[in-house]
Amino acid sequence: MTTLHEVAADPGLPGRPPRRRPSGSHVAGALFVAPYAVFLLVFGAAPTCYALYLAFTKSGQGFAGISNFSHVIGDFRFGPAVAHVSLYLLSWVIALVVLVVVLAIMVHSVGMRWLSGSLRFVYYLPGALAGASAVLLWLFVLDPSAGPAGPLLRALGYHTFSQTIHPTHLPYIFAIISFWTGAGGWILVMFGALNNISPDIIEAARIDGASRFQIAWRIQLPSLRKWIAYMVVLSLAAGTQLFVEPTLLSQASQSIVPNDYSINQLAYQYAFNLNDFNGSAAIAVLLLVVALALSALFVWRGGLFTTEER
Amino acid sequence: MTTVRRRGAARRQDASPGPQGLRVGSLTGWSGRTVTGAILLVFVVFFIVPLIWLLLAMTKSGGALVRQGPFSFGSWHDLVANWDQLTSFQDHAIGQWLFNSAFYSVAALVLTLVISIPAGYAMALTKFKGRRTLLVITLVVMLIPNTALVLPLFLEMNAVGLVNTALAVVLPYSFYPFGVYLAYIYFSSSIPGSLLEAARIDGAGELQVFVRIALPLAMPIIALVGFFNFVQNWNNYFLPFVMLPSSGKYPVQVGLSTLLSSTTAFNPSAAGSGSIELPTLALATVVSVLPVLIIFLFSQRFLVAGLTAGGTKG
Repeated sequence: MTTLHEVAADPGLPGRPPRRRPSGSHVAGALFVAPYAVFLLVFGAAPTCYALYLAFTKSGQGFAGISNFSHVIGDFRFGPAVAHVSLYLLSWVIALVVLVVVLAIMVHSVGMRWLSGSLRFVYYLPGALAGASAVLLWLFVLDPSAGPAGPLLRALGYHTFSQTIHPTHLPYIFAIISFWTGAGGWILVMFGALNNISPDIIEAARIDGASRFQIAWRIQLPSLRKWIAYMVVLSLAAGTQLFVEPTLLSQASQSIVPNDYSINQLAYQYAFNLNDFNGSAAIAVLLLVVALALSALFVWRGGLFTTEER
Repeated sequence: MTTVRRRGAARRQDASPGPQGLRVGSLTGWSGRTVTGAILLVFVVFFIVPLIWLLLAMTKSGGALVRQGPFSFGSWHDLVANWDQLTSFQDHAIGQWLFNSAFYSVAALVLTLVISIPAGYAMALTKFKGRRTLLVITLVVMLIPNTALVLPLFLEMNAVGLVNTALAVVLPYSFYPFGVYLAYIYFSSSIPGSLLEAARIDGAGELQVFVRIALPLAMPIIALVGFFNFVQNWNNYFLPFVMLPSSGKYPVQVGLSTLLSSTTAFNPSAAGSGSIELPTLALATVVSVLPVLIIFLFSQRFLVAGLTAGGTKG
């Protein structure tokens, strides 16, 4: 319980003046969040603080200032890794926002229930194959000699596996894999949010003379805003983690794809090959700062906390 | 969202049903529907074709996979042969990996639900000191990439001697701010506070309000959080990769990479008695996702209906 109050009683943020509320509610609410607060401390706050501690110290030498950071940033592999991940993030998030919203609105406009349900099901199905399974499947897909996209790949001029996974293609390949596995889940979420819009409103707009496009743009899209921001935030956070895709691709390509392709792979190399946990933590902290900075912008712009202001 | 509703409600009041509206409504008809249909169909192909190919690939022999067309059928005989090759790999390692995955995922799933549903509820519909602070912290921690914490978590677990035990993955899996936030959004947007207020005025205790009123209405979000959590646990690669160094403790996702490195097509140096052929790797991929796939087949209707039925508020 003390742990909870350490988290809960922190007056760090400008809270609103407490409204009139039923007595007893305080204690009950605190009890309901207590287990979560404990896990938050032990598996969220503690490792984060530890990463910060490691990043600013050198083992056996105490405080190290920013030397760990300058060391990893100066690493010749760091710049390329950042470029790879940035390009991947950019293409993935744009594809996600545009296509998920368009597909969700389109699926929502399908009148036949069985068809709409089947579409959502088909789109979601690949979600079962996240992680290593999805990467393995895409290793097959990208293989022109045996995979399902063979004819297409050969038509595009790629005849061997090593041609399709040419390093310049990789950010887009990883973006496609991520989209393939993740988009369906978000389509489900958006679809649910679209169903939350009262049919009366759509009907009223239609009677007022709004076209399908206007309804989508003026009514449906604004009501998805919160969820889109949420999707972007989570995707950016997840995307900076890029690890399993390049790791397995590296394994399968006889090192055409290097094992330090992504930022996280580099962090892993630091920790487990160079035994430099401080350098590794420095990379982790850098990733964290970037993800937070990007996300804060979207949280602020996307109105994720609108329920708070009611 | 509130602004949309308000705008919509205002609109509804001055909406004058005239013949003009009907005309525009029907104009969007044919061409719009064709474009929509075409786009939806393209994505059906994109999402489903790799899966169909995978199911076909596991029924072929290694030679047939390359020689035959990508969408030809194999044979039962080859499927059995592939299965034999898969199970004999490192003496039924695949069975052990599957069991490990199931155990880690289910244990973490139960813990996650017990922790995150009440927490989301409390943040949305009860008042306690520091509620907003906790919300912001949740969002912030949720945004921290999991992998950024893998290494520090490894050192933390190492310090308490839990590395290479199930707890080293189950406990971190059960810390699931995404689920808390999802539950928070659901409770705050889909369950009217006035409903709970009414029950409180009628004399129901806080626990009763939660168990009798909020929980029954929360089944959709429980299913959703549970499902997302299970899938994420099942598919997690990096954390078990670091935490569980011995092959006997691997979940199936990490096991797959062992199979991949024994596949001669992708790693020619693996040629030998214990090597794996492409169709066997395809079979292993199918086996590795089968539990998630099956659960999804059965819970999909409930999941979708659940999430969409959440919109009681209008």
